[in-house]
Amino acid sequence: MGGIGGIADFDRMMNGFNWYKYASPATFYTLAGRLIPWFYGAAAVLCAAGLYIAFFLAPTDFQQSEAYRIIFIHVPAAWMSMFIYIVMAAWAAIGLAFNTRLSFMMASALAPTGAMLTFVSLWTGALWGKPTWGAWWVWDARLTSELILFFLYLGFMALQAAIDDPRRADRAGALIALVGVVNVPIIYFSVKWWNTLHQGASISMTKAPSMAAIMLEGMLVMALAAWMYAIAAALSRVRSIILERERNSQWVAQMMEAEA
Amino acid sequence: MLEGRDLACVRGERTLFSHLNFALDAGELLLVQGANGSGKTSLLRMVCGFLTPEFGDILWRGEKIGKARESYHAEMTYFGHAPAVKEDLTATENLDFACRLAGIPVDSQAVKGALGHLGLGHCLHLPARSLSQGQRRRVALSRLLLTRARLWVLDEPLTALDQAALQLVQSLLGEHLQAGGMALMTTHQAVMIPGVEPRLLPLKA
Amino acid sequence: MNMLQIVNVVLRRELILAMRRRGDVLTVLFFFVIVASLFPLGVGPDPKLLRLMGGGVVWVSALLAAMLSLGRLFASDYADGTLEQLILTPTPPVVWITGKILAHWLVSGVPLILVAPILGVQFGLSGEALLVLVVSLLLGTPVLSLIGAIGAALTLGLRGGGVLVSLLVLPLYIPVLIFGAGAVDGAMSGLGAEAHLSLLGSILILAFILTPWAVSAALRISIE
Repeated sequence: MGGIGGIADFDRMMNGFNWYKYASPATFYTLAGRLIPWFYGAAAVLCAAGLYIAFFLAPTDFQQSEAYRIIFIHVPAAWMSMFIYIVMAAWAAIGLAFNTRLSFMMASALAPTGAMLTFVSLWTGALWGKPTWGAWWVWDARLTSELILFFLYLGFMALQAAIDDPRRADRAGALIALVGVVNVPIIYFSVKWWNTLHQGASISMTKAPSMAAIMLEGMLVMALAAWMYAIAAALSRVRSIILERERNSQWVAQMMEAEA
Repeated sequence: MLEGRDLACVRGERTLFSHLNFALDAGELLLVQGANGSGKTSLLRMVCGFLTPEFGDILWRGEKIGKARESYHAEMTYFGHAPAVKEDLTATENLDFACRLAGIPVDSQAVKGALGHLGLGHCLHLPARSLSQGQRRRVALSRLLLTRARLWVLDEPLTALDQAALQLVQSLLGEHLQAGGMALMTTHQAVMIPGVEPRLLPLKA
Repeated sequence: MNMLQIVNVVLRRELILAMRRRGDVLTVLFFFVIVASLFPLGVGPDPKLLRLMGGGVVWVSALLAAMLSLGRLFASDYADGTLEQLILTPTPPVVWITGKILAHWLVSGVPLILVAPILGVQFGLSGEALLVLVVSLLLGTPVLSLIGAIGAALTLGLRGGGVLVSLLVLPLYIPVLIFGAGAVDGAMSGLGAEAHLSLLGSILILAFILTPWAVSAALRISIE
């Protein structure tokens, strides 16, 4: 095929502005590659700090066993799972508005990490619940909302997996992510409503022991660690997606040659 | 009136065509040519607005078709590969609904007449399920007799037609072009319209 | 051609098509009844328990029946080329999309509303609870059609379509389920159903205004 050598070339042709330079998959690939080790490093350091606070600095609650310390994983994971969904929806919106392929790739790259964090928060919720309240699972508002969020992530990933055409997969996923993000407040509100209505659960994750300041700080540190990890994982994943989508273009061929 | 500027089409990972330019004015017939899989249908779908070109624009009366969709749709009509005929409706009902949706005021006489013209007078009230592929195509094409669109976008309209229907469609095209209409068409067959010299638009990678 | 006329045309066509395919429509209704009947078989015939569950069971069954009926919305039009012709009508897409969804609700939603009281009686619901059940379904089933249309539009022509639509749409249905079943519970417990029903009503208005745009965008994405 003569003339046009690939999508990357189109991008370079079309987008003269400088910030669009990083919207070009080729440039972003190298940039991401350089950033990833820093983010993994930051994640490791913060995680170590957070776990230190969790195990050594946070006071022992006289009402609960040491097992309560799992809250230092559960709560940050829950926060980040929510945060990542919003970021994913933001990338989706940018992609649909400006038709930049990299935005869609970022959204797709974030989803598995978000889903994993949601999964972690569900499991740690159960592990906390059992020794503390005696039940593996309680249908309280936050855990139930996390479960529904997990389904939203799965739906996004399943939809993208079911569509062969990359362009359609990107845009369909973006639309469902946006529909999801609009619905999340409605779902959360309805689940809270449902929970307070059905008096059954007097046990509630949200009625946690009053927080010593150090505990909140510990959770914030762990949340930051999760954030750094999420960025690193998403950047790695985005690099794989870029390579796969652009495998027929010149810059990939040149890079492979250079590495061979 | 219809213009394509610097169009590029990418399907999957293949670039089907790039830097494609064309213009179509009143009274003109443009035949899109190329091997199978060269992007002829994709080009027609771009002209309809279903497919966004990877690069380039399609303009109608100087305006990008994305900007003034409804007025553009009011002036064009499209025949794709699938005859757009509902199996559970009769030929009459199919044509009636198709016309109403396109904004063409019709009555039962006009519908009967159009279907009769295409040799379907004897199966007006049969569900389309019991019609052959060729008959279904003719039900779809009967809309040509009633449409008021300036631009006809036709994807292989002549397939599965017998001689009589072939002649009829070609003469309809001729009348349409003479009256100032225009047509963009793909076809594997030779098109012979008296008084009209079709222009060719070859597609190659 | 004004917008109301287009809605009219689309509505008429859909209703005629549904009448000629009565079987499809009835199977969804029978599914509704069968699923609801499975619950007592699963949890035992204790009338007190069934009365407590009744609202929720009928609502969940309605949700699942609505899911099943979504396949009819766009799939056949997509297959025979009629969808492209609809997209080419000279009216804004939200107009004919609303017509299609309205027809879908009339054909797939209204029968559920009509049969629900019978199921309610089987679960021991009476008087006010039954009335609230019907009203909640009246407000909620259009929302199921509206939101479901987004899922149906996004999954046009995909393999594994039916299950995939469920995964996409069921999480979004949850608020409707909560308020719908909650209304029935409210009526039974004496706490009143007004709050639930007004929330359902607001969701309906919101969905009616917003979802046709999302469906239009989804169709555009799928038709490429």
